[in-house]
Amino acid sequence: MQDAVTTIAMADDAGRGAERWRAVARNIFPFAVVGTLWEIVAWAGVFPKRLFPPLETVAVSFYNLTVSGILPHHAIETIFRLLSGFALAAVFGVLIGVMMGRSRRAEDILLPLVSIGAPIPGLAYAPLFLLWFGLGNFSSVLLVGFVSAFPIIFNSWTGVKAVKEIWVRSAQSMGADDKRLFRYVILPGALPYILTGLRLGLAQAWRILVAVEMLASVPWGLGWLIFGARKFLNTDAMLAGIAVIAIIGILLEKYVFQKIENYTVVRWGMTAK
Amino acid sequence: MTKNQQSTRTLIRGALSLLVTAALYEAVARSGFFPAVLLPTIPTILSTLIDTLSDGTMLTHAAFTLYRVMFGFGLAIVVGLPLGILMARHQRVEHFFLPLISALMPIPSFALVPLFMLWFGIGNVTTILIVFYAATFPMAFNTWSGVRSVNPLWLRAAGAMGADENSLFWKVIIPGASPFIITGMRQAFLRAWIGVVGAEMIAASDWGLGWVIFDAKEFLNADVMLAALVVIGFIGFAFERLVFGTLERNTVQRWGMVRVAKG
Repeated sequence: MQDAVTTIAMADDAGRGAERWRAVARNIFPFAVVGTLWEIVAWAGVFPKRLFPPLETVAVSFYNLTVSGILPHHAIETIFRLLSGFALAAVFGVLIGVMMGRSRRAEDILLPLVSIGAPIPGLAYAPLFLLWFGLGNFSSVLLVGFVSAFPIIFNSWTGVKAVKEIWVRSAQSMGADDKRLFRYVILPGALPYILTGLRLGLAQAWRILVAVEMLASVPWGLGWLIFGARKFLNTDAMLAGIAVIAIIGILLEKYVFQKIENYTVVRWGMTAK
Repeated sequence: MTKNQQSTRTLIRGALSLLVTAALYEAVARSGFFPAVLLPTIPTILSTLIDTLSDGTMLTHAAFTLYRVMFGFGLAIVVGLPLGILMARHQRVEHFFLPLISALMPIPSFALVPLFMLWFGIGNVTTILIVFYAATFPMAFNTWSGVRSVNPLWLRAAGAMGADENSLFWKVIIPGASPFIITGMRQAFLRAWIGVVGAEMIAASDWGLGWVIFDAKEFLNADVMLAALVVIGFIGFAFERLVFGTLERNTVQRWGMVRVAKG
């Protein structure tokens, strides 16, 4: 078995190299198109250049800000806040969601609270949190955690409920007790949803964090950088900040969640691939 | 236990949990642990809410916010839904848009508010565009994964029974993808709702629920803030429960595609 696989892999190697290049080209192409459009608009002067700088200006200010250490400092502070808030949300969100999925009582009690809290946009709480807990790190982390817990709760809840009845019943008829049922049937069955929830929660945390940084006047942070740049019409610095935000977001998505998903979900054969 | 008893029980428990939470809040507010300006009691909030509702200011704020969110959300559905379907059905479209969507989706809509303000000024255009930006991606993304996840067996079965492209699309693919599409709408609306409040805090001129909250903070009017929060929560809850809940009951739950909670 091992040999056959290796042989096939070796035979395919040349073909796969070309394949990979084609995939890279395919991914770059749309950005090239959009970039070109951007350049055309920038140079055509539809907007004043100060407001709609061409990409090379953005790249230069990106480089300058990175070399001088300003951009990394903003980014690190932001990431630190993101991770602490998200960790809070992940722990409490999964716990509450699974509880709601497993017990009718918990569902009845918690669902009204969660459904009232969830549709209120996190940002609407921001001024309130700022009044209650003051400006700065504590309220921003707390707010990020509070807000990003909702999608995690909802998805863990749905996931536990979406576990196929027939799996539960067959496990029970094969003599699984509650603990084993939970560990070997419900948890793996709900995991795709929980991961989706975590991913949404992270996106939510990310979104709210940028906004909170604009409002909570933290001394460092990408949201503050963007917001501050507006006052001086530094559109290039603003776009550089947005680029960093996008890069962090993509890296999180690619190297945190897809890795986890590959490791667990695909291995258990939960998704068709 | 009959179904009726069960749902009565759900109702009672829900009401009880809300009551207990309210009582706890009231106790903290009255204990004086926080200053009364920052943590107004529930009667204060209610009277502020009734005052602002009866003199029409809160309703005008809500109307402005609803107009912005519905406009942006409508645009997002008009663009996102066909885009998601096209992406799932045609590989070329997928190859073009998927990288863009995955790159743009992690950018919080809020990060673009300062930029859009510079480009389009303060007011409706900026807020609607922010809502549109926030809502389109979840719509397209969920539609895409929904159409892709339609069981290939159904497609083959329908094909074998002689369904043409058209009926295959309307009778198999769209219903099959509908749980995802409805989830997409939900997410899109939630994001739109977040986007509109955030955008209004910074980029609205003088109307809008987000603007009220932000404005109230400057004057320490925590009661106005909480009253606006109640309105925001109520509208969001109404959409979630009435609009999407009804939609879900009449489609995917009736077709037996998702299981309702039990046990």
